[in-house]
Amino acid sequence: MTLIRIFQWLLLVSLCTAATLVNAAAVASDDPLNSAAALLKSSSFKDKSKAVDLLSAHAGEQAGVVLEAFLDNRLYTAKADKRLVIADSRGEAYAVTDALTNEDLGRTAKNSLKIITLNNSLRRQIREALALSDLRHPDADRRLAAVNQLLDRPAAEHAKLLQPLLEQERDARVRDAMQIVTALGALTSDDVRQRLSAIETLEGNVHPAVRNGLAKLQRNAQDPEVLKKIGKVLESIESKLQIYRFIENMFFGLSLGSVLVLAAIGLAITFGVMGVINMAHGELIMIGAYTTYVIQLLLPDNIGASVLIAVPAAFVVSGLVGIAIERGVIRFLYGRSLETLLATFGISLILQQTVRSIFSPLNRSVETPAWMSGSWEINSALSLTLNRLYIIVFALLVFAALYLVLKKTSLGLQVRAVSQNRAMARAMGVRSEWVDAMTFGLGSGIAGVAGVALSQLTNVGPNLGQSYIIDSFMVVVFGGVGNLWGTLVSGMTLGVANKFMEPWSGAVLAKILVLVFIILFIQKRPRGLFPQKGRAAEG
Amino acid sequence: MSTTRSRFRTSLLGAATAIALSAASVAGAADTIKVGILHSLSGTMAISETTLKDTMLMLIEEQNKKGGLLGKQLEPVVVDPASNWPLFAEKARELLSQHKVAAIFGNWTSVSRKSVLPVVEELNGLLFYPVQYEGEESSKNVFYTGAAPNQQAIPAVDYLMNEIGVKRWVLAGTDYVYPRTTNKILEAYLKAKGVADKDIMINYTPFGHSDWQSIVSEIKKFGSTGVKTAVVSTINGDANVPFYKELGNQGISAEDIPVVAFSVGEEELSGIDTKPLVGHLAAWNYFMSVDAEPNSEFITAWKAFIKNDKRVTNDPMEAHYIGFNMWVKAVEKAGTTDSDAVQEAIIGIAVPNLTGGLSAMMPNHHITKPVLIGEIQEDGQFVVVWQTSGLVAGDAWSDFLPGSKDIIADWRAPLSCGNYNVKTAKCSGQNYE
Repeated sequence: MTLIRIFQWLLLVSLCTAATLVNAAAVASDDPLNSAAALLKSSSFKDKSKAVDLLSAHAGEQAGVVLEAFLDNRLYTAKADKRLVIADSRGEAYAVTDALTNEDLGRTAKNSLKIITLNNSLRRQIREALALSDLRHPDADRRLAAVNQLLDRPAAEHAKLLQPLLEQERDARVRDAMQIVTALGALTSDDVRQRLSAIETLEGNVHPAVRNGLAKLQRNAQDPEVLKKIGKVLESIESKLQIYRFIENMFFGLSLGSVLVLAAIGLAITFGVMGVINMAHGELIMIGAYTTYVIQLLLPDNIGASVLIAVPAAFVVSGLVGIAIERGVIRFLYGRSLETLLATFGISLILQQTVRSIFSPLNRSVETPAWMSGSWEINSALSLTLNRLYIIVFALLVFAALYLVLKKTSLGLQVRAVSQNRAMARAMGVRSEWVDAMTFGLGSGIAGVAGVALSQLTNVGPNLGQSYIIDSFMVVVFGGVGNLWGTLVSGMTLGVANKFMEPWSGAVLAKILVLVFIILFIQKRPRGLFPQKGRAAEG
Repeated sequence: MSTTRSRFRTSLLGAATAIALSAASVAGAADTIKVGILHSLSGTMAISETTLKDTMLMLIEEQNKKGGLLGKQLEPVVVDPASNWPLFAEKARELLSQHKVAAIFGNWTSVSRKSVLPVVEELNGLLFYPVQYEGEESSKNVFYTGAAPNQQAIPAVDYLMNEIGVKRWVLAGTDYVYPRTTNKILEAYLKAKGVADKDIMINYTPFGHSDWQSIVSEIKKFGSTGVKTAVVSTINGDANVPFYKELGNQGISAEDIPVVAFSVGEEELSGIDTKPLVGHLAAWNYFMSVDAEPNSEFITAWKAFIKNDKRVTNDPMEAHYIGFNMWVKAVEKAGTTDSDAVQEAIIGIAVPNLTGGLSAMMPNHHITKPVLIGEIQEDGQFVVVWQTSGLVAGDAWSDFLPGSKDIIADWRAPLSCGNYNVKTAKCSGQNYE
């Protein structure tokens, strides 16, 4: 091992000495790449910014490579010879290439490299420089991204730059985007007719840059015809935005609702069907979230799949913990709800402390897989975040699965029988003890599955469960105890109501208002939205 | 798995030390100086405060290796107030009247400090408070080694305004005393700088808020007017992670709308996926990445003490480092651990901070510190992008609030007052309103 190390080191040193000689020769030639490299090694961000200017003006292929590496945090200086290198992580070691000559320099340890840091303004500068060179890129997606980058900070010179490119452009999406940039440039033109036609092009476009450009022109323009036209276009944009905002709010509400449903639906079984007040329900959710964390630890190279694997795993782990709680404690306390409440509260504290001792009191980092990050951009004013979208779908799937289990399987039949009339079910030969354990396990398992979803939205820590237990009870009680549909409808209603109130009342007040509403509602209809009817309700 | 094991080892070691210590205290109780450590080791604040307890144990151990203080060994007395604010007051009383500790190092949240305050004043104890806070307080018995608003919030806003050119401001915070007071000060400051009402958006959220969709979408709307917008965040603890995640998911990058946070440090970043946070800012008086001799020594000592190479250091740890060394120097100067003598001796004492300068205790019981602005990197560390040219002295009473701009604190004779009104020339006693 050490021999190899020494050999590597020797190799590196010899390479370095050779490189310094080459470097010395190159500096003298006053090459922009070399002077940029020298500036990049400075600790001042101003010098680095100059270097980026030099590199983008240089326009060579290697300059682009360096800029991209810089943006991705892959640009380093080798500590030994101060040479500028691009390094890619290969497990423990780094594969290093010379940034200027692309020469392969083998592998080296991380501590022999010093990263070249960058800040926000440099990131923006590099992105803009790369966008300008990407405008002629053969890949249409890259061209589109480049044009969109220009849209973020509209400038008249961009419009001039795009004019000749627009005529050659074949891809319709890129053409549209380019037309907006050129039209935005034409807004400032002196020719009234050109301005009017630019406004026409922009009609109905909801990109913020368009609205800002038009609003700016509205403040400065004098020509009555232009003013009238702008007023009309802005109005139509505004009314479109109103609709998008409504859709967006609805989405936010449904997404919050689906989280509530996920958290509550396990409780709808244990509390709703069995009548057990399980204060440890939140901790069963937490165990599901920690299961996700452990599975990610076991599969560090497969984050995307790990979340999917975590769903059944969390169901099993939380379900088993649930069965253990039921067999160990709750079964001795049936019919004594106050004692059940206290005992399960104690269990919840024990579970929290256990997790604290095993995993530390600090939050654990659960990574979001790439396919769940980012958003689905419908247009520039409306985009739906992917993780929320998946979780809405997931909540509905869980609901459907649970519904089928209760309605279509023999376990479901027995669960319903025991919950409606325990004595009669026993008389018919149903093993009520076994059914109790299975029902509690099912409810707990679903809580674990909810934990997997929550691990993608919030912190995974020992207190995760506590923040959802009250909401869960609220949803179940509001929906009507013992009714799955009630849980779904009440969760979604509360979510949407909360999100429509939040913009004008603030998050704190919205929560209070929802609680007050539920208290009043329960006064009026103590059995919730969907009360159980018939003889089952008596028991 | 390795963390679990090392944790287990640490706790074993801790137990062993505890036994050894209690044995020592039986053997020669009169020969030690007791130091109280009042940090929550359980409950919600345990996340942050356990680290500070360990920091204190390390500092005391190192001091004992150097021969202790006044020829005596230091003896840590650790109590657990369990994130329960009234319990903080009880435990402080226990430390002062039962254990007779010479000084207390502790507290994190402002509400716990307010709870302890009457007890330390009544029993004339010494409390070193290591966390950035909202100001508007100066007690005879408390030494504030964390940042006052003018040592963190105001410089951060200056940086955004002058260097980044921010013109529209979102002040987002968790709904409790520190964010509310800080935002009040910032709002007054921004208005004094000529920022219009419509360019300031203020938003509060409950503790542990996790559904940030609508608020982030509001921020996005607020920031899409073509004028540079920034978020000044006093969002506390856990709620930060879903907030930054939502920013990332809705496509808001640090280049579009940077967020500068006052409660996000290395420790908080170590438990989360940092990808969506890269480029966002934090203002502190210390970063682990600062390249200075005392800092690398401190980091090495910390990693060796905690027996975990992955552990990080953060700003409140530095505050305890400064506070503890100041207390040690003051005791040496006074020649006694007597509370009044130390209070008099400590003013003007300067000790090295970890960023390569000297921090001094001011007459208002706040200290001088440099202010650093850092950008979050992918490895959970910060790169310093800006810092104040010199040290900034902590201001107990903000100059930007109408109620407190005429008030100063000076604990030297003859003034000896924590809230002296220079207009009416009156000391209104310990009335913090």
